[in-house]
Amino acid sequence: MSIDLSQFIPSFLEESFEGLELMESSLLDLNQDSDSETINSVFRAAHSIKGGAGTFGFNDVTEFTHHVETLLDEMRDGRRTIEPDDVEILLDSVDCMRLMIEAVRDDVTCEDEKIAKTSILLQKTLGSHDDDASTDEQPQNTAKNNEATTSNSCWQITFIPQHHLVQTGNDPLLLFNALADLGQLSVVAKVDGLPALTDMDAEELYLTWQLELKSGCSEDDIKEVFEWVEDECELIIEQQMQELDDSPVIESEEVANPSPIDINPSLPEKSLEVELAASKPSEKTASKAKPDVGSIRVGVDKVDSLINLVGELVITQSMLSELGNDFDMSKTERLVSGLEQLLQNTKELQESVMRIRMLPISFAFNRFPRLVHDLSKKTGKEMELIIKGEQTELDKTVMEQIGDPLVHLVRNAADHGIESAEVRIAAGKPAKGTITLDAYHQGGNIVIEICDDGAGINRDIILAKATEKGLVDAKAVLTDSQVYDLLFEAGFSTAAEITDISGRGVGMDVVKRNIQSLGGRIQVESVQGKGSTFKVNLPLTLAILDGQLVKVGTETYIIPLIAIVESLQAKSDLINRVSGDMVLYRLREDNVPVLPIYQLFDLTAECKEVDNALLVVVEADGQKVGLMVDDLLAQQQVVIKSLADNYQQVDGISGATILGDGSVAMILDIPGMIALAMKIGKENTASIIQESVGENA
Amino acid sequence: MNIQEMAKDIPVEGEHSLEGIDFITNGEQYLTFVLDQEQYAVDILCVEEIRSWEQPTKIPNAPRYVKGVINMRGIIVPIIDLRLKFTIGQPQYLETTVVIVLTFEHDHKSRTIGFVVDAVSDVLNADEGDIKKAPSFGGSMPQEYVEGLINVGDNVVTLLSVQALQTIEQHQLHA
Amino acid sequence: MTKVLVVDDSNSIRDMVSFTLKSAGYNTVEAKDGQDGLTKAQGGGFDLVISDVNMPIMDGIELCQELRKLPSFKFTPILMLTTESSGDMKQRGKSAGATGWLVKPFNPEKLLATIKRVVR
Repeated sequence: MSIDLSQFIPSFLEESFEGLELMESSLLDLNQDSDSETINSVFRAAHSIKGGAGTFGFNDVTEFTHHVETLLDEMRDGRRTIEPDDVEILLDSVDCMRLMIEAVRDDVTCEDEKIAKTSILLQKTLGSHDDDASTDEQPQNTAKNNEATTSNSCWQITFIPQHHLVQTGNDPLLLFNALADLGQLSVVAKVDGLPALTDMDAEELYLTWQLELKSGCSEDDIKEVFEWVEDECELIIEQQMQELDDSPVIESEEVANPSPIDINPSLPEKSLEVELAASKPSEKTASKAKPDVGSIRVGVDKVDSLINLVGELVITQSMLSELGNDFDMSKTERLVSGLEQLLQNTKELQESVMRIRMLPISFAFNRFPRLVHDLSKKTGKEMELIIKGEQTELDKTVMEQIGDPLVHLVRNAADHGIESAEVRIAAGKPAKGTITLDAYHQGGNIVIEICDDGAGINRDIILAKATEKGLVDAKAVLTDSQVYDLLFEAGFSTAAEITDISGRGVGMDVVKRNIQSLGGRIQVESVQGKGSTFKVNLPLTLAILDGQLVKVGTETYIIPLIAIVESLQAKSDLINRVSGDMVLYRLREDNVPVLPIYQLFDLTAECKEVDNALLVVVEADGQKVGLMVDDLLAQQQVVIKSLADNYQQVDGISGATILGDGSVAMILDIPGMIALAMKIGKENTASIIQESVGENA
Repeated sequence: MNIQEMAKDIPVEGEHSLEGIDFITNGEQYLTFVLDQEQYAVDILCVEEIRSWEQPTKIPNAPRYVKGVINMRGIIVPIIDLRLKFTIGQPQYLETTVVIVLTFEHDHKSRTIGFVVDAVSDVLNADEGDIKKAPSFGGSMPQEYVEGLINVGDNVVTLLSVQALQTIEQHQLHA
Repeated sequence: MTKVLVVDDSNSIRDMVSFTLKSAGYNTVEAKDGQDGLTKAQGGGFDLVISDVNMPIMDGIELCQELRKLPSFKFTPILMLTTESSGDMKQRGKSAGATGWLVKPFNPEKLLATIKRVVR
């Protein structure tokens, strides 16, 4: 029977990643005074990973982790003091293990130089301690005296157990069972040693045995069966050659299988191999090869809450059903109250289900202690990280996508925000800079703040840089927040920043775009000399939107609330017509282009004139636009449904929703609409929009 | 009085389920329908529902024959008027106008589209031998949409290709 | 049916051991550390205990010692799951009262063949 354990690999991988996280966070705090449980837990994590990897044959992981485990073992035993340098090596080792396990998960080969380098460092650190350990570690591959004989021998085995043998939990009869698996066994019990009945102790063993085993096995195979009791017995094994008719007699000196295993690959050889591998251009990047359907771990409390709510729903349903069975108009009031109950149940159920996809933001925050630790080392600036609100929950998918932008913002704070110790002291600040990560719920959103007590944003430098890059007109007069917004312009990032992040070309513009694609926005507040705060505002889930319902002709549309700046009735004197059909509305200092939805979507509308029209001023990508509508309806939360599933993407529309009356309404995609307007509009109209953007920026 | 019974008296724009159909064979039954004067048919296994015509929600800047989308049990389903797409007759939207909702399965993904037709006829039994090849010229329907022709009495029924129907308007669909 | 107590802090190892045993017709009860194992052992009726050594709260060695104090576990086979086949670990195990050991990395066929020495 062959048992397939490959189904446990995903669980092992998940467990290993968790173990690595634990190792990392414990190592970051590890020093001489740490209690033994800390170092023990790190050891255990490594030990588990090694064990699992060994079971599945992930040998590179096993080998590497073995060294890590050995080092940790020495530390936890007290054989080695915990030195900061060693902790750094261990931290690097965790990175390597992570790379290797990721490679296993993605089914690609792992050829990272870091692994080779760290492996060498580890072994150097371990020095002579290492030799003993590795000899023991090659499981079941030790060069045993394994002569696979092809013909049966007859083995005479005398088994004389000590009297207390059964108290170890061993049972001779069962040992013989195992022995019987090797061949043909006959057993004779010897009662010579039996004392008188009155002298017998019921828990002691007085028997001895003589066994005869006909088998093609080796002596070691037999010894193995008795390995657990070898110290508690006398075991005599004699081999008698049995002459079979045709087969030749096997000499016991003959080795049928030469010992093939080289236990200790010599160190220099290995590192050479690895270096060669590392210098080959690695074709397989560690990009995710397997699309992952994904899974979520849900707290039992959330599931229980869900079960309760469904229970209540069932009660309401049966109540309504019963009402329906024997209905007359006198029961209308009960019907109404029953329906209200239904509404309540449904709302609570919806909230509860949404909560299932919600996870605490700590999952996203947990990579930052290590990041700040590394940044501190790299920049040579002292800094510490404070994390608040890590239990604040948000949607799993949003969290996965917000990770990279947050990393960039934290790096930014470390690189550009926090000053060097000298500068800080001179400014009367503590030498150590502080970066604070905070998350909290506000309205229907989650707000994530990245705050530093550093130098703040120097408005003049930003303005100068932007002017230099042609992002603003040299003569433009801008408010502070408009200047800070320049940070997010494409092309603002310096080359230095881009290479800093392993060549991935991430800039603040990408950060802003990522956040916007999640339906969120980012704001900056700063005081020069004191520090800066970046505030990221995100919807709690991707599937639900806070929307403003508007009417255009007979059609109802939804405008995402997050995009709306304000709604107003257009005053004639603030309307300016520019060449062609372009209409601009003067909103304080801005000239906002007016987009008549009915024109854009080819509809019949009630209101076709801009005078006194209802305008919903929205903003996207720094650009303001006034959408002309016939009527403002309610504001409500809507569930976003895809148009693309059964139809296709439609320009200007981000999705659809089902309203309370069962009808379908389209959700407007503001950037898409602006793009559409530009496409449809006449050429000079398009260029005028460009100009007004230039003024607004 | 039972409220469900009361409800039956209220005229409703709703669905008629396919009851009493004998699903003995695989894929050899076809639902026939009428576009203008002509008879067409489609594999009955794709038929999800037959609905009365209801005004869908318009899709901005969509082609004329894409009438819009409807809400079918929480799913957003596009409604396509084959009479407009293939210029068959003068499309009208009457009480008898019907929407045949088809669901296509492909590569573990499914796509649901509603097609406006003038009326629904019988269920046709036909095996492979009954399906004749259509001539490559003429006809209101482009060739890629035609699977073949079936003779039913004096009439000819055009069997539509499910493959072609499911990729209608697909050019911007993400995989 | 033969009932086995499987104790290991690693979820995946525990699942695998349990799965292997169940495939062979054994009944299993799982525990995630020594303390949990001791608690679950009170249920009684166990024919075999398989336990990891390195676990939080109470390790395998201590678990073995504690189990041996219970009358129902006086003769019950207790096997330690260990990566170390060095004499030192064997000694520690034996002193604690262990019946034997199983060497990691875990091999399902080997496990099933080996436990035949102590259970039917």
